[in-house]
Amino acid sequence: MSEFIYLYRGGSRPESPSEGEKVMQSWVAWLQDLGANGHLKDRGQPLEGEGKVVRNKRTITDGPYAESKDIVAGYTVVEAKDIAQAADLASGCPIFDRGGFVEVRPVMQM
Amino acid sequence: MQHDEHLFRHEFGRLVSALTRIFGLQNVALAEDVVQDTFCRALEVWKLRGVPENPSAWLMTSAKNRAIDLLRRERAERNLLPQLGGALESEWTLVSTVNDVFDVETIADDELRMIFSCCHPELSESTQIALTLNVFCGFTANEIAAVLLSKRAAIEKRIERGKKALAASERLFDLADEELPERLRAVQRVIYLLFNEGYHGASPKAAIRAELCREAMRLGSVLLDRELVATPSSYALCALMAFHAARLRARINGSGELVSLFDQDRSLWDTELIARGVRLLEHAATGSDASEYHLEAAIAAVHCAAPSAEATDWRQIVWLYDMLMRVAPSPVVALNRAIAISYRDGPEEGIAEIRAIAESERLASYPFYSAALGELEMRTGNVAEARRQFEAAVTLARNATERRFLQSKVAVLSR
Repeated sequence: MSEFIYLYRGGSRPESPSEGEKVMQSWVAWLQDLGANGHLKDRGQPLEGEGKVVRNKRTITDGPYAESKDIVAGYTVVEAKDIAQAADLASGCPIFDRGGFVEVRPVMQM
Repeated sequence: MQHDEHLFRHEFGRLVSALTRIFGLQNVALAEDVVQDTFCRALEVWKLRGVPENPSAWLMTSAKNRAIDLLRRERAERNLLPQLGGALESEWTLVSTVNDVFDVETIADDELRMIFSCCHPELSESTQIALTLNVFCGFTANEIAAVLLSKRAAIEKRIERGKKALAASERLFDLADEELPERLRAVQRVIYLLFNEGYHGASPKAAIRAELCREAMRLGSVLLDRELVATPSSYALCALMAFHAARLRARINGSGELVSLFDQDRSLWDTELIARGVRLLEHAATGSDASEYHLEAAIAAVHCAAPSAEATDWRQIVWLYDMLMRVAPSPVVALNRAIAISYRDGPEEGIAEIRAIAESERLASYPFYSAALGELEMRTGNVAEARRQFEAAVTLARNATERRFLQSKVAVLSR
C-alpha cells in the first residue's frame, strides 16, 4: 500500500441549512466508507480560506496563492494500492456535487 | 456517528433569534448571514473531522465568537449597527453581554419572540408563513416555493415585505409578556396552516411536504415550552398535529398515491405519536375554553382510536362536528360533518346534509365536495351520478396526486 494525499479544492457553499445537512451526510458517509475499506490513514484537516504567502524575508503578502475557485480547503491522507486506485477512490468524493475537485498526490517514497 | 439529521435547520432558528436580540430586528439579514457563516465553517470542519460530541454547543460558541468579532469591528466602522447599545460599546461588557444572550433560557425566550415577530399582525397569513419558514426554519425562497407549490418570485416578494415590516417594528421583539397571549391566536393559526400545507398538499414530493408538518410540530413545541403561551389551545393544537402526523405514513401508498382515511392500513399508524397526542389532549383539557383545535384534535383522536372505519364512533364524531360548527363554522367543516352523518345515519342523509350546506358555492372549486357526493351516491347504488360527481372532481384536482386519486374512483365506477 502507498500513501496519497487528497487536496480538496474549490466548491461552493451550501445555500440553506437543509442543503448543508445533505452535504454533511454525504461527506460523513464517504469518509466512513474509505475508513471501512482500510483506505483512511488520516482524516486530515480543513484549512482557512485566508492566509499569507511568504516568498522570502521581504515579501509576505495576504491571501492564498491560488485562484479562489482552486483554493485548497482541506486535505485527507489515504492508503491505496497505486495512484489509479487512489484516483478511483476519490471519484466518489461529494465535493463534485458543489463544483469542487480533488487533487490526488502520491506521497514520495524512499 | 449518529447525529440529528436536521441539526442545522433546528439550530438555525435558535441562533438567528439570539443574534437578532443583539443586532435588532432591523438586522435580521445580518443575523442570518452570521448563522449561515457559522454553519459553513461547521460543515468544513465536521465533514473531515467528524461531528463533535455536542454539535449544538459547538455551533453556539462559534456563532457567539463571530458575533463578538463583528461587534468589535462595528465599533470602529459603524456602518451596519449605528444604534449599538451601551453594553455592546464597551469592551468591558461586550463579551459578558453576548454571553448572556446565548444563555439557554434567554435563547428559548428569544426563539418564542422570533416566532411571534414573524407572525406580525400587519402581514397577511401567507406572508407570515413564508417569513416564519425563512427566518425561523432557514428555508430559502426556492425551498419555500417548492413546499408551498408556489413561484419563487412570489415567495421572495413575501419575504421582502415581511422583513421590511420586521425592520419597521423594533419594539416587536421586545413585546411585553402580557402582549404575547394576545398575539397567540395568530401564531397558532400560522402553525396550523403550515401543518395543513404539509398534510393536505400531498404531492409527488410528499417527502418534502412531510417536513413542513415536522417544522410545524417543532414550532408548536416551542409554544409548549413557555408557560405563558402553553395554553390549553396550544396543547390542543399540538395534540391535533400529533394525531394527524401519526397517520401520515398511511396516507400515501408505496406508489405515491393518496389513500383515503377509510382505506388506510391502520397498522401503519404511528402508535407512539397517537399516545403523545392523547397525553397532549389531556393537558389541553383544562379550563373552560374549547377552541377549534380542541374539537379537531378530539375528532382526530376518535379516528385514531378506531380499529376500522366501520368501527368508528360516528355518533361522537358528529357531535364534535356540531360543536365545531358553532366555534369555527366553515363549508369544509360542514362537508366533513355531512360525511360523518352519512356513516351514522346512512348515505341518503349524508347527501341531504351536503346539499343543505349554506355557502356551498364556496365549495364549488373544492374537489372533495364533488368527491364526497360521488362517494355517497356510490353507496346508495347510484353509479351514474357517482361517476358524474367524480368526473367533476377530477377537473378540480389541485395536483397530480389528487387527480390520480379521483381518476381511480372514476375508473372503478366505469367498470
